[in-house]
Amino acid sequence: MSQTLISLAVIYVQLSLIAFGGGNTILPEMHRQVVDVQHWMSSTDFAALYALAQAAPGPNMMVVPLIGWQVAGWAGMLVTTLAVFGPSSILTVIALRAWRRFQHPTWRQAIQAGLAPISVGLVASSALIISRTVDREWVFAAITAGRALAAIRTKVHPLWMLAAGAAIGWTGFGQ
Amino acid sequence: MTTIDTKAPAPGTAEIFRGFLILGLTGFGGVLPLARHMIVEQRRWLTATEFTDTLSLCQFLPGGNIINLSVAIGLRFTGIAGALAAVIGLIAAPIVIVLALGLVYARFRSEPHVVHMFAGLAAAAAGQLVSMAVKLALPLRRKPLAIVIALVVFAAIAVFHLPLVPTMLVAAPLSIYATSKAVA
Repeated sequence: MSQTLISLAVIYVQLSLIAFGGGNTILPEMHRQVVDVQHWMSSTDFAALYALAQAAPGPNMMVVPLIGWQVAGWAGMLVTTLAVFGPSSILTVIALRAWRRFQHPTWRQAIQAGLAPISVGLVASSALIISRTVDREWVFAAITAGRALAAIRTKVHPLWMLAAGAAIGWTGFGQ
Repeated sequence: MTTIDTKAPAPGTAEIFRGFLILGLTGFGGVLPLARHMIVEQRRWLTATEFTDTLSLCQFLPGGNIINLSVAIGLRFTGIAGALAAVIGLIAAPIVIVLALGLVYARFRSEPHVVHMFAGLAAAAAGQLVSMAVKLALPLRRKPLAIVIALVVFAAIAVFHLPLVPTMLVAAPLSIYATSKAVA
């Protein structure tokens, strides 16, 4: 049990410190560690937990405490929460105290410009990995595509689109 | 008409906690637009310029942008206590809600209708990720170098399943170097 908690802590501290571009860039590595390396859950369960977290309000990293809870109960939830939010927050405190140096526009902009395409590649990877897991039937692929198009083309609230997906799923149509 | 620079008096730790608690509770599908509304327009803790400056530093650092932003704002007004109050306030309600959903899923996962419903929900959540990837990629469409870098990272992570830490250690310095050379 404590070995599991240590593994969770090590994985999420690392993820916290390399999450440039926010939570969705570390989703593929989370999936790789939790499903492929540690075999804590199936890819389907991982995608389901991600979907649950999307249905909840708040920051888009809320899948992390949920995974911790699924893997190792309350202790797992506490460990993953501290591990994923702690290190990056401490880094933010340090950076703010050294704020002047970070305001130097040239190298900060260079770093930001260099990291932007990496974020794109990582978020696209997240999209592929999650879609590949959940879109086992054509009806799910249609929901994913419809949802993506609606989000790009319209301003419908995300929660309504999640509800629509859940409702279509509920009917069992095409499954 | 109010001017942009009218600011409210500096908030205390309890007020910071309350503000971010409400933000966490109401921020469905992205907290950032709501955060700006609350911090700049509603509670007037920061001016629009201060908000943008703080946010751009937070986006530069690793970690969730909104998490870093809450740390920055808490720290600014009441130091470490404020930073803790802001982060805990922000994630407290979402953790309770996400665990409640997790319990429902665990309890009813053998019911066919519930399994179907969660499958539909997951498909819709995947669609959100697809749209996010498209929206992030659009500004790169006239930058061939950036497209190549994004494709290489995508291949490494999504196709070859390489671990992220070594991939970032190689890709980040190369990308920063190549991008700065291309601009210069």
